[in-house]
Order: sequence, then C-alpha cells, then structure tokens
Amino acid sequence: MMSAETMISTAPAATTIHPRWVRVCHWINVLAILVMIGSGWQIYNASPLFDFLVFPRQIALGNWLAGALLWHFAAMWVLVINGVVYVTLGIVTGRFRRKLLPIRPGDVVTDMKAALTFKLAHDDLSRYNAVQKLLYMGVILAGVVIVLSGLSIWKPVQLQELTALFGGYDAARYVHFFAMAAIVGFLVVHVALALIVPKSLRAMITGR
Amino acid sequence: MRQRKIIPGVDPKLLIKDAARMMPDASRRSFLSGAASLGALTFLTGCDIIDGDTAESVLRKISEFNDGAQAALFSRTKLAPTYPESAITRPFPFNGYYDEDEAPEVDGKTYKLEVAGLVDNKKSWTLEELHALPEVSQITRHICVEGWSAIGSWQGTRLSDFLQRIGADMRAKYVWFKCAEGYTNTIDMPTALHPQTQMTFKFDNKILPRSYGFPMKIRIPTKLGFKNPKYVVAMEVTNTDKGGYWEDKGYNWFSGL
Repeated sequence: MMSAETMISTAPAATTIHPRWVRVCHWINVLAILVMIGSGWQIYNASPLFDFLVFPRQIALGNWLAGALLWHFAAMWVLVINGVVYVTLGIVTGRFRRKLLPIRPGDVVTDMKAALTFKLAHDDLSRYNAVQKLLYMGVILAGVVIVLSGLSIWKPVQLQELTALFGGYDAARYVHFFAMAAIVGFLVVHVALALIVPKSLRAMITGR
Repeated sequence: MRQRKIIPGVDPKLLIKDAARMMPDASRRSFLSGAASLGALTFLTGCDIIDGDTAESVLRKISEFNDGAQAALFSRTKLAPTYPESAITRPFPFNGYYDEDEAPEVDGKTYKLEVAGLVDNKKSWTLEELHALPEVSQITRHICVEGWSAIGSWQGTRLSDFLQRIGADMRAKYVWFKCAEGYTNTIDMPTALHPQTQMTFKFDNKILPRSYGFPMKIRIPTKLGFKNPKYVVAMEVTNTDKGGYWEDKGYNWFSGL
C-alpha cells in the first residue's frame, strides 16, 4: 500500500516529478494496454471493419480468436481497475487540474509550432506545455471512451442503454476501433518523445 | 456491396468458412503466440511469461471468473432489443464450422426430439407435436463471437414453457443440447428460463431451411451466436456441465450479451 502522505500530497517535494501512485499506475497501464491492443487486433481480424486493414499475425496476440478473447477479457480487469484508481486519484489529489488545466487554444498553436521546429524547451519536466496537456487529456478521454464502447460491445443486452448511447452495437464497434487508433497514435508520439528526452523516461521510473 | 452495408465488416463469401478457417493447426493450439506483444511484455517485466501451460491455465481460470461475473450481471427479465421487420438482414448469413452444403440433413418425418435428465416426462417429441406448441415470435440481433451481427426473425415456442410442460427440475443448473452433426452446447438454467429463449421452428415465418438449422434451433438472443445450437436432436436437464463444441476449444463458457 502507498502511504497516505504520498497519495494525498498536493505539493510534492520540489524534486519529485511523478508521485509513486502515478508511476505505479503508469507501468501497470503499460502492461494492460499492450495486451488489450495486441489481443484486440487478433479479435478485429476475425471480422475486419475495413477491407484494407488486417493486422499481421506476428503482432496480434492469442494465436486465434479464442485465445485473443481470453487475453482481452483478462487484461480488461487490470485496465479498468487500474484506470479507475488513476482517474480517481488524479481528480481528488488535484493533479489533473494542476497539471493538465487550463488548455488554451492559443498556447496549443504556439507550442505546436515550437514543437514542430524542435524549439520546444523541456527544462522543467514538472510542467507540461499546452501540446502535452492536450495529448494527455485526450488520451485519458480516449481511455474512457474505449472502456465504455468495449462494455457496449461485450454486453449489448444487459447494458443496452449504454450501447444505444454509442448508436447501437455495430456503431459501437467502430467507436471502439477509432478509440484504439487514437490511443495507438498517442503511443507512437509518446514513446518517441520519451526516447528523445530520456530524462522524462527516468522520471517515470524513479520519480525524479 | 449491399451485404457489406447490412453487416459491417462481413465478406459474405468468407463467412461460411470463417469458423473453420480460424481454427489453428492442432500443433499450435496454444493461445500464446503474438511474438511482438508478448516479447514487449517479457522485456518489460523481465520474466518469461510465455511459459505456455501456466499462462493458459491462468487465462482459463480468469475466463471461469468471467462466467460468474456475467451470470451475476444477467437479468432474468431484461429483454434483448427487438427490431421492426424492415431491419431484418437479407439474406441472413449461414454460419457454421462447415460449408453450407455440408450442413446436416435431418428427415422431418422420422425426426424425434429426445428429452433426458432431470425431467418427469422423458417421452420423445415428433415435429408435428412440437409445431403444435404455442408460438411466439421475435426479431432480434444475432451477434457472432467474431464480432459481426445480423438481425433475424425467429418463431417457435418458449423453452421455459416446454421445460415446465415436461416437468423439468427448474433448480437444475444446466440444459445441454445435442445436434445432428455432433455439435453440443450447455447453457445455464437462468438463461434457459429467460422469456426470449426459444425452441425455434421457423425463420421469417417459414419453416427453418436446412441452412438455418432444420428442424429445430435454440434461439437465445442473450447469448453469442455459437450458444444458439441448430439441428437440435436431444436436450438434457442436468447438474453436470457437459461443455460444448466451441467452449471446449477455448471460447468463454457463459458468452452472455
């Protein structure tokens, strides 16, 4: 268990960039999301939504549909429980508000220009620029959408009101797919930037 | 192309062979391939989780846990959404682990539904007797474990009424079905007693064609398609889980919707 102090501290020591709960949730999420995406691609292949897209067997988890479903419906518990803990702590500790808000469109444009010309500074890892804020907020929302649309596909009778919210069973499959695509797109940028700025990767491991 | 609009993502030509094609070779039956994803996991955790038997038994245990979670979520009174006739998918797809022309041919004249297990009256039922039972109708969505769905119209008699009629022990845990080609299926009693669970004799108000399961299909709109057996020749009320064709190969047992 994490100490209460770690969990509720709103003004961490100046040297701590990511409190322990953020790091623990982050790496559990890495495992869960990799399994969900890999097995999800295998499940997709059983009945592809697009003619032009089938995922190569080598990167799809589970060997065939039954195995992929077993992985998907096992990892979903890890993803959802960890996600609920993360979002709850993010809200009650004020971390989301402090780190991710406000997101001003003007700042996004300025920082995006700076980022694309490699002029964006990363001196202070404890403060996110507007593009980071937008991406992190966006991927959290994509996470919420992928879980809710996933529930709609899994339980279109018991949770039919939720399924209806997504426009019905078939539409929910597309929403689930595009939420996955958004998360994968985020991951490409996220991992690339972590490799370009290695101290940010270190901060997510050691906290500093 | 018209078909694709009705069932997104379904190539009708491939549909027939889908189930058979998806089965892996017996030699690599394991659920653990997917080199990239698992390689990444192994790298990240620093331990070898590809050790097949352990991982597979853990996955099966979690699947059993999910059976319980789904049974808890299942409502005896919540009905699957129903649709107008205009929503029916035409043509409704044939689906099985064999080609359409290899589907069982059952002779309706000599057909008898065998009844066994925890029931008072074990007499067999002719098709004529079955057709005389009170008829109910539903237009519901059939959802395949593969992800595609199609809306169909089914007529028959309520399974719960039939179980009552033959004096079945409603406290038993399962109802097991056997089909002409050897396919089998076990369902939980709460689902068997759900008002939309139907012993189906007609599709779209016409006697079931061979491709849709003549002479009898069990239509369960609260379960995935493979839990809706066709060509049913016997049923047994039992406290023993006798498994089923696809469940034994790794699909989740409850597979509720």
